[in-house]
Amino acid sequence: MNAANATAQAQGRTTIDPAEIERFSRIAAEWWDPAGKFRPLHKFNPVRLAWMRDTICKAHGRGPLSLRPLEGLRIIDVGCGGGLLSEPLARLGASVTGIDAAEKNVKTAAAHAAETGVDVDYRTATAEDLAAAGERFDVVLAMEIVEHVSDVDLFLSAVSGLARPGGMIFMATLNRTTKSYLFGIVAAEYVLRWLPRGTHDWKRFLKPSELAGGLRRAGVVVKEMTGVAYNPVSDRFSLAPRDLDVNYMLWGIRD
Amino acid sequence: MSVQNADHQADVIIVGGGLSGLTLACALGTAGVTTLVIDREPADVTLLPDFDGRTTAIAYGAGTVLMGAGIWEHLDGNVGPMLDIRVTDQSSPLFLHYDHREVGDRPFGWIIENRVLRHALHRRLAQLPSVTHLTATMVTGMVRDAAGVRVTLSDGRTVAGRLVVGADGKKSFCREHAGIKQIGWSYKQHAIVCTVRHEGPHGGVAVEQFLPAGPFAMLPLAGGHHTSIVWTEPSSMVDFYMGLPEERFQQELQLRVGDWLGRITPVAGRWSWPLGLSHAERYVDTRLALVSESAHGMHPIAGQGLNVGIRDLAALAEVVVDALRVGLDPGAADVLERYQRWRRTDTVTLLATTDVLVRLFSNDIKPLGHARRLGMAALNNVAPLKPAKQFFMQHAMGIVGELPRLVRGEAL
Repeated sequence: MNAANATAQAQGRTTIDPAEIERFSRIAAEWWDPAGKFRPLHKFNPVRLAWMRDTICKAHGRGPLSLRPLEGLRIIDVGCGGGLLSEPLARLGASVTGIDAAEKNVKTAAAHAAETGVDVDYRTATAEDLAAAGERFDVVLAMEIVEHVSDVDLFLSAVSGLARPGGMIFMATLNRTTKSYLFGIVAAEYVLRWLPRGTHDWKRFLKPSELAGGLRRAGVVVKEMTGVAYNPVSDRFSLAPRDLDVNYMLWGIRD
Repeated sequence: MSVQNADHQADVIIVGGGLSGLTLACALGTAGVTTLVIDREPADVTLLPDFDGRTTAIAYGAGTVLMGAGIWEHLDGNVGPMLDIRVTDQSSPLFLHYDHREVGDRPFGWIIENRVLRHALHRRLAQLPSVTHLTATMVTGMVRDAAGVRVTLSDGRTVAGRLVVGADGKKSFCREHAGIKQIGWSYKQHAIVCTVRHEGPHGGVAVEQFLPAGPFAMLPLAGGHHTSIVWTEPSSMVDFYMGLPEERFQQELQLRVGDWLGRITPVAGRWSWPLGLSHAERYVDTRLALVSESAHGMHPIAGQGLNVGIRDLAALAEVVVDALRVGLDPGAADVLERYQRWRRTDTVTLLATTDVLVRLFSNDIKPLGHARRLGMAALNNVAPLKPAKQFFMQHAMGIVGELPRLVRGEAL
């Protein structure tokens, strides 16, 4: 989608059917309910946001504890869903574009941002569309998305293409291990019912080496990887730098 | 009304400009959080010497919060360190003696006049650009929902934010607005408070005497020759003592204080208020958190009232700042739940402890008197009970449990 279309869509938002706004704000309420069906994401969100904030601030030589440490940075959130990352990053001062291939997600995220008064540029688009249109960002996020795409290499080159040279790329996904099958699929989808059954296809999960290799071919040098651990007793997530067996995150720099 | 067209906007709206509300505003403002305080009193009234003659015992762990929030330096050293705490039972020679050196080289806490604290709070607030203090106005209405908080004020203005904090005391408007019930009872006692000047120095010794009518506390003020008195009496007797002419009042006081301070002279006025226990069934609601006396009220027997409140503020400021620093909503249900879980255990423990102490010490039943005297002597002198005594002392200092960063003396 180009800028003119985006403007048209933004203008269209003001004359949109109220029943439709109502519908999307109900869906947004589901996305944003910390005790609702996205509970695990809400539990994990502070941990990954803090990690991204600290990593970005370190790379830019900024203090991470001010309330708007990302001021002036352009960030794109690929696969933004209900805006659970886009909105907080905008609150931290970044100028954020959130894209999702599903129009329903984009409308949901936009409805929530309008309600809370946060400025995020939400668009129905794919990473390929935007990369082809020549848009470039300081930081590209592709969190929990690569395991859902049909052509990993194409996706990775689009993600890389969205970053300016020297820009940062953040990704999070699931490893392809026995443990990830047990925890990521059996436990999350069948036992704890955190996710609807069929959310993930284990065969599509990428080993860290495969993802790093794909990124390297796309012109991204991986700088750091960390695992994510869930402690069922304290019901808390934390970074686990040495345990990449299930969920893991990485960041790299575009050449 | 939408968030966009309110007269003022802030992340946090604090209802109540008392010591708790202003301390929270200073803590949040120190971290740069946009904060609005709605204070029904005009600023010049709260700073008058006659507005509040009470003093506050600031435990060590609450003092660190005042330091971290930048308030301490504005006290200009007008604080009386408590170096020793002596607990005596009527005229029994057996007494419990807490020496601060038993738990390290820091004082148990400090006695600060509320007036002095209030001046310091105002001076600190004036340094904080992210805090707005709206005085002489009251909350008349409030809407709290997923989108935010909108508050209407008695002067017609509207303010909008993401979290509202009820620091509005025992008869909290915020608590009632959220339909949060509270349990509680009256002790049928009043506290009478005044300040005395005395010939001899107090040497930083705080004394709590358990008299037949109830506890009688002497709290050492800055300088060595002023002591704050917190005197508990059955409610039926309060009018009598409050109405005594100055000379008779002095005699009654001298009788209770004894002669260890030499001759005492009451200065300034007398204040009294009823004592009871109260506890809110919840501390949080949609975009609302209750702190301090709006959430709990307790007997001053252990000098913990404001300290528990300050620990509330330190915990709330921490969860709010932690959320804001990752761009999350400080009024979200999970943030507030973290605050509530964090504070409830500590508060319930103290409410229960003070309640037992009040019942144990506010009577003249002989067997109970013997039991508590033996108990105190044992706690003081029996070696195996030393850890128990240290535990009580650390509790008195407010340095037990999973502590907020500000209580630990770290930056928020």
